[in-house]
Amino acid sequence: MLKINNLHAGVEGNEILKGIDLEVNAGEVHAIMGPNGSGKSTLAAVIAGKEEFEVTEGNVLLNGEDLEDAAPEERAHKGIFLSFQYPVEIPGVSVTNFMKTAINETRKAKGLEDMPANEMLKLIREKSELLEIDRKFLSRSLNEGFSGGEKKRNEIFQMAMLEPQLAILDETDSGLDIDALRIVANGVNKLKSKNNAVIVITHYQRLLEYIVPDFVHVLHEGKIVKSGDKELAHELEDKGYDWIKQEAAV
Amino acid sequence: MDLKDKLVSSFMAFENNVDVEHPVHDIRTEAIKNFEEKGFPSKKQEAWKYTSLKGLQKVDFSIFPKQVNTLELKEVKKYFLHEVDTYKIVFIDGNYSPFLSETTHDGVDICLMSAALTKPMYKQVIDVYFNKIASKDESLTTLNTAFSREGAFIYIPKNKMPKKPIEILHFSTGNEASLMLQPRNLIVAEENAELQVIERHQSLTSNEVLTNAVTEIFAAENAIVDFYKVQNDAKTASLIDNTYINQKDKSVVKVHTFSFGGKLTRNNLNFYQNGEHIDSTMKGVTILGDKQHVDHHTLVHHIEPNCESHQDYKGIYGENSTGVFNGKIIVDKIAQKTNAFQQNNNILISDKASINTKPQLEIFADDVKCSHGCTIGQLDEDALFYLQSRGIPNKEARALLMYAFANNVLESVRIPELKSRINKIIAEKLGVRLGFDL
Ligand SMILES: Nc1ncnc2c1ncn2[C@@H]1O[C@H](COP(=O)(O)OP(=O)(O)OP(=O)(O)O)[C@@H](O)[C@H]1O
Ligand SMILES: [Mg+2]
Repeated sequence: MLKINNLHAGVEGNEILKGIDLEVNAGEVHAIMGPNGSGKSTLAAVIAGKEEFEVTEGNVLLNGEDLEDAAPEERAHKGIFLSFQYPVEIPGVSVTNFMKTAINETRKAKGLEDMPANEMLKLIREKSELLEIDRKFLSRSLNEGFSGGEKKRNEIFQMAMLEPQLAILDETDSGLDIDALRIVANGVNKLKSKNNAVIVITHYQRLLEYIVPDFVHVLHEGKIVKSGDKELAHELEDKGYDWIKQEAAV
Repeated sequence: MDLKDKLVSSFMAFENNVDVEHPVHDIRTEAIKNFEEKGFPSKKQEAWKYTSLKGLQKVDFSIFPKQVNTLELKEVKKYFLHEVDTYKIVFIDGNYSPFLSETTHDGVDICLMSAALTKPMYKQVIDVYFNKIASKDESLTTLNTAFSREGAFIYIPKNKMPKKPIEILHFSTGNEASLMLQPRNLIVAEENAELQVIERHQSLTSNEVLTNAVTEIFAAENAIVDFYKVQNDAKTASLIDNTYINQKDKSVVKVHTFSFGGKLTRNNLNFYQNGEHIDSTMKGVTILGDKQHVDHHTLVHHIEPNCESHQDYKGIYGENSTGVFNGKIIVDKIAQKTNAFQQNNNILISDKASINTKPQLEIFADDVKCSHGCTIGQLDEDALFYLQSRGIPNKEARALLMYAFANNVLESVRIPELKSRINKIIAEKLGVRLGFDL
């Protein structure tokens, strides 16, 4: 589904990603771990099409199609979803109106009519129940004044509404309390199928107990320096990154 | 002949049509003298530094329309807030249109200035209020005073509230190649009275129009006044609006100014707090393109202690448009415990658009809370990416952000139908469809 070949990207001549290769197939869960500043969020943003980052070498393919010229919204229409590490506050737009706009614009891009209002309401009700989100919450301005955990839960609510093919969850676990973590992970698992895939970016093993990865990759200084199965995450939890950094230096 | 000379010499002709024996005529005579002395303001004056009236003074405006025109309701219905029942005071080329209006004398007076200035039953109100708060030396205000004859007259006695909002509409038909209008409004809300007014100037053709309006508003103890200025006129219409508001103890006056249309618009909005525990609110949304120009000059004079004022103006400037915000706050020495807030945020969406924004604080009391802030920025790129990553195309995402930016000013609009009207105009102005009902 997703194939990344020798990807180099950065800002203003400053290279952050230094040759990334990654293949994600339908039905798989990949975890990406790595020290602060190693380039995890940058990789996520480049996949989602943030223009601030310049791709200098290599490419990102979705179902065989090079995404180079695709705007962020086009990538979203093709089924890429990014749950932000730091969701942006948008005062003046309610969560509901935002979701209606997002869904109807996506439908428009596919040549479909707007979703009928009652269907939309039903969908919103269903997905907010899945993530145990209070209805009052949905009429508030998007992310404005939301607690850290509320923002993350709201990201997964959006994911549930949009049903992406490839979801990238950037530190969705940070800021969530233990109950919320379970609810959110449960939500993600319910949406999981053999037709879609998830990339989970995290620092902690905890989330991976709920969303069990098929592969774990370690990103260090803009490169994937180690890949393994879920055991690797355990190993990292015990030993930290020093041994990997040393291995990488050799 | 330039416009000033034309106006001064028209005054004699004007006198043929008004009662020169009426005491108000002395006020007019004084006023024309002042205007003759001062003339139009020029860019040399600090208050007019960024707004030039030179171009307008070259236009050969008709001072009085040559004929009385009528309009069919269906031609102009869309300019009324027809979704709700309202009182209407309608003028066509400066003349009252009884056919389009709906006035009342049922416990409250919602009628005409021309009646108030001539009929004995209104003499007392006129004596007490007419030209009492309007400036006697600002030249454009005195120009209006000199020619004051027609406009809206609204008198709400103690404890009364009109059954519905009041619309004041000024249409110009374009029957004159270019027309100057000078409506004069007087609004009095006595103790505990409450009212809502929507005002609109609308030119129906591309012929040039210049309106120099003066509105005096008096809010007595505990009175509540909501005034909405809808400025969405043709690109050949210019407006100089001079609004003076006098407030007494515990009164609440809110003025919303929505500036979307017009060629040149100058809003002089002046609040005088003559009492304690007064609340004065000024909110504005300005969305301009083309070569449009809007200049907001606000003044709040805190004269007594324990009062509040709130100002929140948002502007979005595109193409070659220019904007000005100058917010003056005066806090007198005895006006302790004043809370004065002022906020002016702007987004420039074109390299050629510009805004000059300036707070002007003159604070003589020591125990006051004053805050002011102005920002000029572009749209937040991270917010744009966030919206786009959810499938909202760049253009729509920009519109949504601008809409959201302007939107919170509308929260205090208390007529829901007006609010959704303004919302729609904003969406239309931004040139996109939003994926939800406004
Ligand atoms: N817009 C930018 N301009 C300059 N440097 C940037 C920019 N964005 C990211 N960087 C730099 O790129 C590096 C990688 O950042 P990134 O956010 O991808 O790290 P991360 O692996 O997600 O870290 P964390 O675990 O702390 O979230 C950092 O050194 C960061 O400072
Ligand atoms: Mg990160």
